[in-house]
Amino acid sequence: MAAEPFRMTVEAGKVREFALATRSSDPDHLGPQPVSPATFLQSCSWWQTPESSVWYGIARDYSRLLHGSQEMEFFGEPPSAGTELEGVMRVDKTYEKAGKKGGNMTFTEVVIEFRDVESGRLVATSRNTSIETSKAVEG
Amino acid sequence: MSPAPWKSSGSAVPTGDVSTVPTRVKWDDVTVGLAAEPFVAPPLTITDFVRYQGASGDMNPIHHDTEFAKASGYPTPFAVGMLQAGVLGTYLTDWFGARSVRKYGVQFREQAWPGDVLTYSGTVLAVREEGDERLVDVELLAIRQTGGTHLKGWATVSL
Repeated sequence: MAAEPFRMTVEAGKVREFALATRSSDPDHLGPQPVSPATFLQSCSWWQTPESSVWYGIARDYSRLLHGSQEMEFFGEPPSAGTELEGVMRVDKTYEKAGKKGGNMTFTEVVIEFRDVESGRLVATSRNTSIETSKAVEG
Repeated sequence: MSPAPWKSSGSAVPTGDVSTVPTRVKWDDVTVGLAAEPFVAPPLTITDFVRYQGASGDMNPIHHDTEFAKASGYPTPFAVGMLQAGVLGTYLTDWFGARSVRKYGVQFREQAWPGDVLTYSGTVLAVREEGDERLVDVELLAIRQTGGTHLKGWATVSL
């Protein structure tokens, strides 16, 4: 089920902050009209309302939670500064696997679709796979 | 050993530790098996984690609050996986260009810790043309100083 849509503006200053934090010195990331880095859309959490997250109102035990994988897909170039995006977050699938050290692991794949507000074009999708273990996570 | 005293440079731009100005590979020079020169990053610091957490909005205290990390059963805060995934993304775009990325994914393996020295590397897996797009598939790695794999990554770029 999809959560409520949210708006996000790709901003030059935020792109620059993100690019510097991820060790970029690329003028295409740092200039006045930058293109966003490969993982920049992670910063959509600054724009999401609680109601636009699939986790709204759901208690998650962070000591038993792992970020398993993260994938981005762009349908053209990554979005540039000035782009207005609408994001919609939804749970794509949930499945269980037996853990190597006993216990169950619950995998949840959450997708966010980002569309250009002006054209309606699908710009990018983000897929986050999180793993909740039935036992505490070992460091 | 106590850390060196912190001196502000008067700028929020990190100095001396970002990758050098990128050199872009050209389509005609891309072949299967081509590898970029590995990037050995300076040791991870909690300051790196804080800078990334502010940038991304992931404020989970387990990455910067020692008391919180200990109460959760960890000896110290541990690295934000998405920071290293971001650095690996920069490694990719330094190689092929910021506008080239079409797919980029990472799988998180071993955790990384403050003080870890990570080596980022990449190899071309396939070169193909689809319609009028020239695509390159790449596999990427971030390896800890122990030899353990922190990240496995994959990407498709359009040149």
